[in-house]
Amino acid sequence: MQENCILKIEHLNKKFADHEVLKDVNLTVNKGDVVAIIGPSGCGKSTFLRCLNCMEDPTGGTILFRGENLADFKVDINKHRRHIGMVFQQFNLFNNMTVLQNITLAPILVGCADLRAKKRKTLLTKIGNVFRKEKKAVDAPTVTKADIKTAAKEKAMELLKKIGLEDKADAYPSTLSGGQKQRIAIVRALAMEPDVLLFDEPTSALDPEMVGEVLNLMTELANEGMTMVVVTHEMGFAKEVANRVIFIDEGVIKEENTPQEFFHAPQNERLKEFLSKVL
Amino acid sequence: MDWSTKWEKFVSTMEGEYFQQLLLDGLLNTDKVAVMGLIIGIIIGTLIAVVKVAPKYKLIMRILDKICTVYVALFRGTPMTVQLLLAYYVLLPSLGVRNVDSLTVGIVVFGMNSGAYVSEIMRGGINSVDKGQMEAGRAVGLSYNVTMLRIVIPQAIKNILPTLGNEFITLIKETSVLSFITVYDLYTALSAIGSKNYEKMVPYLVMAVIYIILVLLITLLVRLLETALAKSDKSAPKRKKA
Ligand SMILES: Nc1ncnc2c1ncn2[C@@H]1O[C@H](COP(=O)(O)OP(=O)(O)OP(=O)(O)O)[C@@H](O)[C@H]1O
Ligand SMILES: [Mg+2]
Repeated sequence: MQENCILKIEHLNKKFADHEVLKDVNLTVNKGDVVAIIGPSGCGKSTFLRCLNCMEDPTGGTILFRGENLADFKVDINKHRRHIGMVFQQFNLFNNMTVLQNITLAPILVGCADLRAKKRKTLLTKIGNVFRKEKKAVDAPTVTKADIKTAAKEKAMELLKKIGLEDKADAYPSTLSGGQKQRIAIVRALAMEPDVLLFDEPTSALDPEMVGEVLNLMTELANEGMTMVVVTHEMGFAKEVANRVIFIDEGVIKEENTPQEFFHAPQNERLKEFLSKVL
Repeated sequence: MDWSTKWEKFVSTMEGEYFQQLLLDGLLNTDKVAVMGLIIGIIIGTLIAVVKVAPKYKLIMRILDKICTVYVALFRGTPMTVQLLLAYYVLLPSLGVRNVDSLTVGIVVFGMNSGAYVSEIMRGGINSVDKGQMEAGRAVGLSYNVTMLRIVIPQAIKNILPTLGNEFITLIKETSVLSFITVYDLYTALSAIGSKNYEKMVPYLVMAVIYIILVLLITLLVRLLETALAKSDKSAPKRKKA
């Protein structure tokens, strides 16, 4: 796989019972790409996005990520999902946790799990050393659980500061506006330092006056070089921020192009029809 | 015989230290069985509910699911009294187990019985939590089990707290059948107090009052818990009126 290729989707197929929603979809997402996905309702945009981190298990094809095929049931999908952030239409912040806990939960749990694994390994090496003539170097972990927690909190506060919501750290999600919730959901995904962020209509559930703040944050991330795949109805975002736009219809990619070509010189008949309706 | 002499008889009986101790023991045992029963019930009930809502790809899950169904059917299909009698006079002797404290048997049977009811409550609670919560947990790389434990179940418990309170009240009241297996509960105590001078009207009334007080206390406790847990869905702190 090429150095800068983040996701390589080949011959992706998804069936719900007899209903074939995705038919042989191919797409390569490179580092720094901002791919916008548009298409009529029910064409399979969400399904496609959800297949990328196996929230829906693909029924065929491959999804190459970090040199492994995520569509293979044998891969440890939880390990890979840490590197694929996902942002939902309905935000889905953890309702029983404060904003800070929302952001730090996964980094702390993952960090502590890694620490335990490392401790087990050093213990095994130590036990092994008792019987070995040539002692192996013991690579004991230098961080503690407390360090992991502090680091996660610091990182979370830094991210909250970036979106100007550091004063909401101890608030519960139910006290926040939709725009605030969605920006925190984005921050929660960022806290894991993902290689790619997936967005499923991140602004569709928002009041119109809050759409801007979320799109601005997404634009900022795009400018910082974040790789993103965005299902959206915001044509402005697709035009101005994305570097590639994809039209999905009837479960296949009907057109894939630069925003310039896509909007000003569409080839596909269905796309022309779709654009005439939404623009 | 008028009420005031009945009352005096009761009071004079209660002056005896032996009877005070009896009543205290009865009260304590009643509470012990109800509280421990509820705790065991919540643990068993949560485990059953988790099995019930889990995906059934694996054979082991399907087998566990069947076992849980049978368990719930058995415990919901027979009265508590029958379960106590069967456990204490049939099951334990036929297994050759002796010298088991009847209080322990009571706690275990109450816990297992309650588990069957709590499992249904808990299942409803888990299903009432938005599916997006599980998805969000899985999307950041947490396993199904961790997400269930850290995110879904806490919200489920919050949602079902009033119903769990009702279950606790049911358990408290059902402790009155513990005397069937010789546990010293409130009934045994007050019945003995009444036998002292053949006057049971006041003791039985006192028993009713004690039960009501216990139930009211639980109701209050559940309210307090609800308020404490509601912090996560209160809207921004209310501003004082200008
Ligand atoms: N879990 C499921 N079980 C069965 N069918 C499903 C499931 N999820 C989606 N579908 C079907 O798959 C098709 C594509 O759905 P999908 O949600 O991907 O569309 P979409 O392009 O995201 O639409 P929208 O713009 O409305 O969000 C639809 O016909 C839908 O009914
Ligand atoms: Mg959708």
